[in-house]
Amino acid sequence: MKRKRPSQPRSRAKREDTTPSRGVFTRRALLVLATQAGVLGVLGKKLYDLQVHEGDHLRDLAARNRTSKRLLAPARGQIVDRFGLQLAGNKVNWRALLMPEETTDIHATIARFGQIIALDERDQARIERDLRHIRKYVPVALKDFLSWDDMARIELNAPSLPGVLIDVGTTRLYPYGPQLAHIVGYVAPPNERDVASAPMMALPGMRAGRAGIEQTQDLLLRGAPGSVEMEVNSKGRVMGEMDRVDGQQGDEVVLTIDAGLQQMVLNRIGDQAASVVVMDCRNGEVLAMVSTPSFDPSLFDSGVSHAQWIEWTNNVRTPLINKTVAGVYPPGSTFKPAVALAALQSGLVNPQDRFTCPGYYDMGGVRFHCWSRWGHGSITMQQALMYSCDVYFYLAARKIGMEPIKAMANGFGLGTKLDIELPHTRAGVIPTPEWRQKRGYHWNGGDTVNAGIGQGFVQVTPLELATYVSRIASGRNVTPHLVRKVNETASERTPLDIAPSLQIPDEHLAIIRQGMFDVVNAPRGTAPKARLSLPDVAMAGKTGSAQVRRVSRALRESGHFNSMNLPGKSAPMRSSSALLLMMPRAMPLRL
Amino acid sequence: MTLLALVLHMGHVGKGAERWINLAGLQFQPSEFAKIALVLALASWFHRIDIKRMGNPLRLIIPAILTLLPVALVLKEPNLGTAVIIGLIGATMFFAAGMRLWQIFLLVAPLPFLGKFVYAHLHDYQKARIETFLHPEHDRLGAGYNIIQSKIALGSGGMWGEGYLRGTQGQLNFLPEKQTDFIFTMIGEEWGYAGAAGVIGLLALLVVGGMLMAMRSRNQFGRLLALGISVDFFLYCAVNLSMVMGVIPVGGVPLPLISYGGSAMLTMMFGFGLLLSSWVHRNERDVPASQKDL
Repeated sequence: MKRKRPSQPRSRAKREDTTPSRGVFTRRALLVLATQAGVLGVLGKKLYDLQVHEGDHLRDLAARNRTSKRLLAPARGQIVDRFGLQLAGNKVNWRALLMPEETTDIHATIARFGQIIALDERDQARIERDLRHIRKYVPVALKDFLSWDDMARIELNAPSLPGVLIDVGTTRLYPYGPQLAHIVGYVAPPNERDVASAPMMALPGMRAGRAGIEQTQDLLLRGAPGSVEMEVNSKGRVMGEMDRVDGQQGDEVVLTIDAGLQQMVLNRIGDQAASVVVMDCRNGEVLAMVSTPSFDPSLFDSGVSHAQWIEWTNNVRTPLINKTVAGVYPPGSTFKPAVALAALQSGLVNPQDRFTCPGYYDMGGVRFHCWSRWGHGSITMQQALMYSCDVYFYLAARKIGMEPIKAMANGFGLGTKLDIELPHTRAGVIPTPEWRQKRGYHWNGGDTVNAGIGQGFVQVTPLELATYVSRIASGRNVTPHLVRKVNETASERTPLDIAPSLQIPDEHLAIIRQGMFDVVNAPRGTAPKARLSLPDVAMAGKTGSAQVRRVSRALRESGHFNSMNLPGKSAPMRSSSALLLMMPRAMPLRL
Repeated sequence: MTLLALVLHMGHVGKGAERWINLAGLQFQPSEFAKIALVLALASWFHRIDIKRMGNPLRLIIPAILTLLPVALVLKEPNLGTAVIIGLIGATMFFAAGMRLWQIFLLVAPLPFLGKFVYAHLHDYQKARIETFLHPEHDRLGAGYNIIQSKIALGSGGMWGEGYLRGTQGQLNFLPEKQTDFIFTMIGEEWGYAGAAGVIGLLALLVVGGMLMAMRSRNQFGRLLALGISVDFFLYCAVNLSMVMGVIPVGGVPLPLISYGGSAMLTMMFGFGLLLSSWVHRNERDVPASQKDL
């Protein structure tokens, strides 16, 4: 501090009553005052910095201090059929929850709860599992589907059940139950992996899609969680609700399925194990897709019992497997149009070429029979299709070899993995010598002969067959799909008028289509039962039956549209039959 | 007349000193009264010394003891913040009374070393306060909580504040000691920078008013008394404001006239009474130096 020495004479001269001490005091007091002003000024500046400069940042911290956010589970989106009929929805479910952080002894509380409302073994196992991986602030569901009596009992005992609260949630509802279980799929409580990938799955009431559309469209169906923002004090106690954002229900998924048609198909099948696909061959929309037997999808919602699971998995008729996309079967004679088209494409066989069928074909000391013991005589391609003559296709296959057949079959979707909105799809097999050798076997000439009539190693799924016949009908690369719209937005699947052409000459397709028309409508065709009595609508098709054992042949046909009738794998006969139908025989491309 | 008045004051000082000890057992904070007592004692002492004799260090021994005794006692209490304030009041009065510059230099020069020595002998909790002051983020929920919450609350006030009784941090108890030491934070949060700066302005007005009164007095006792009270008031304000803004360590110092608290308010009003009394008696002249008994 710098200060001038008081110069007493001058100040005394100036004012009479000025004493030396007063002069010193005044100067020094002014200095003190200046210091004080400086300090207060600095503090004012600091205050400005804090409040106005850093204000935004600190305000943000303040908001985080006082609010606590809790997420609310959104309602899962609906699944409806093409006409808006509900295939999967939600129903109200009253349930008891336990807030782990609000009870001092979780296990004692659960035990007391168990004395009031019986918890069976499954409930207990589930609660134990939930408690292991669920966080403190996420409630654990104790019991679902409470009755009014249950709720009254819980409320009555509320004082001895700290942390237990009754909550209303939703449970998945499947009005069509087993009828559409394979397509719609089912939901189940999320597992650890679901929670790890999306934290909102930890919210009580959230379900993860586990099969069918529920699984493949899971992210759309989940919706967005709502949240409730609560004002809390410094101890974390809730003082009031500040803001509530209701969850966004998941998207509505509109399927191409026609629930009525699905029901009709099921009625025709009865209790056989079978698989049927009805597809709009203009655009690949799947109108019905049946795989029997089926299962009740609602059983999965809160966890399937062990006994039920054993029953399903031991059933030889595989109720849990969607045979239309995951079952592979020999296509039998339904494969013949593909072989015929491959033969035409190769240029080695002309439509008018006649092959002679004596009822059998000898090769390398092995006799391959035609299904007709007496043979079909000298026949053209079109006739061969109508009669489903085996020898014609033995010869055709021998002539062109497996590679062109595989290329043609793949082009029609056979033996390829189809991009449909279902999980666990399998691809069939169109064998080639190379394919066989890769597995360490030799390819014999007889294998080609067998493949020519869709037997031997040839395996396809029913959905591939349906796609195949749709492509024959349209001549275009239609792809099967199940999702028509999401909310109001149409599925981005290619509509027919821009589906690329398969690049197969029309005259080739015309021969195949005529042959398939004759199958149904000619006097000696193999599927006269499928003939329609309607005057202006004609049906075309192709039968197929495959033997698995070398047993005497019995042609089996089922009389359903585009259907295959397939007993389970260890069914006694182990033979399958298929019928492909298309209508009308040539698709009008502009409808 | 003047002498009588002085004696009256003197007697008061003496009683005050005794009372300070007597009151130690009561619930009052004796240190609050000690400050007033110190101001009175120093004012009366320096009043009786001719400024020309201030150069004699012996003259300063008694007032130095008068100052250091309460400082030491309050430190022992222990209340670092108040001790520092008492020390600073004493120092300012020494300075204003005409202490020679070389004396000041001799006293100030060893301070850094003294500071080191004092720090080594600080209580752990006092060290912790200094530590948290330097690094508040290290101990968010512990000792640093006050400073961080205080800053957050101040910042959330912004320019115009959240409105009276609508400050979220204060009303929801995030702020510790919101009625007492951290009252200014509440003001800042609810009334914003505008309100808080206004309060600082009003406080400054009181300080300046007191200082002007001090300069207008014609007797040394009145001058020093008014200065001492004003400096006391100012230090309270400055320490408290610095504290809530995180400029200096937290020290249990209330904001005078605003914080809730009995003895602080009482002594401050008492101090203002003395201040106004010095104003009333401002025209009583100093006795000439020749008449002084020392």
